[in-house]
Amino acid sequence: MAVPKRRTSRSNTRSRRAQWKAKAPALAKCSRGHTIRPHTMCPTCGRYNDRQVLDV
Amino acid sequence: MPTPTKGARLGGSPAHERLLLANLATALFEHGGITTTEAKARRLRPYAERLVTHAKRGDLHARRRVMRVVRNNSVVHTLFTEIGPRYADRPGGYTRIVKLGPRRGDAAPMARIELVEALTVAQTAVSEAERARGTRFAARKAPTGATAEAADDLKNESPTAAAVAAEAQAEQPTAEAGAADDAATTEAKDTKPES
Repeated sequence: MAVPKRRTSRSNTRSRRAQWKAKAPALAKCSRGHTIRPHTMCPTCGRYNDRQVLDV
Repeated sequence: MPTPTKGARLGGSPAHERLLLANLATALFEHGGITTTEAKARRLRPYAERLVTHAKRGDLHARRRVMRVVRNNSVVHTLFTEIGPRYADRPGGYTRIVKLGPRRGDAAPMARIELVEALTVAQTAVSEAERARGTRFAARKAPTGATAEAADDLKNESPTAAAVAAEAQAEQPTAEAGAADDAATTEAKDTKPES
């Protein structure tokens, strides 16, 4: 089985991990002004496109 | 016809996917709408809609085709007596998928798939008119005849009428053709409040 020849340096490890970034989620407003993910039911009022989808 | 699915089956094997989709479709017709993962909802949609198409056909052969999938006799009965006739004048698109966001626990994207309502009288009338006209949007015509005259009279009082009058002026040589047709629209223009 192939194994690494050298230990990965602290610098290389940290450089690689520096690219692990969190992305801000895309946000939109529902028709009653709650913040929601776009194209998704509003989890606060349970509505999508002014249609009641779930009872909350 | 829906495109055949490529890639991995739901649940791992073809047999598992067949059973899973059959159970999902049965639950959908039984309750009118179910909450499931988005991937399952997307896979279920063409599958369930084909069953509704069979239900619309309504003969014994179609019923036997459906019974191969939906093994609950009372669900097949409601499908053929209630759901099928409800969509008699709807050319496909019997289900709606609404995304609900990630599930707590494994963050799987959830969705609700439901049977849509029957077409209202207004929707049927609009689709009939569009079919008769052969297009979804009528071509814009310059106002002629009575419309042009009315707009000319009122152009000092209403900005809408002024705009119509200007348009009529540009097309003046070919006017007078559809005077009778425009009588109804003229009344609408006259009663329009100033904006």
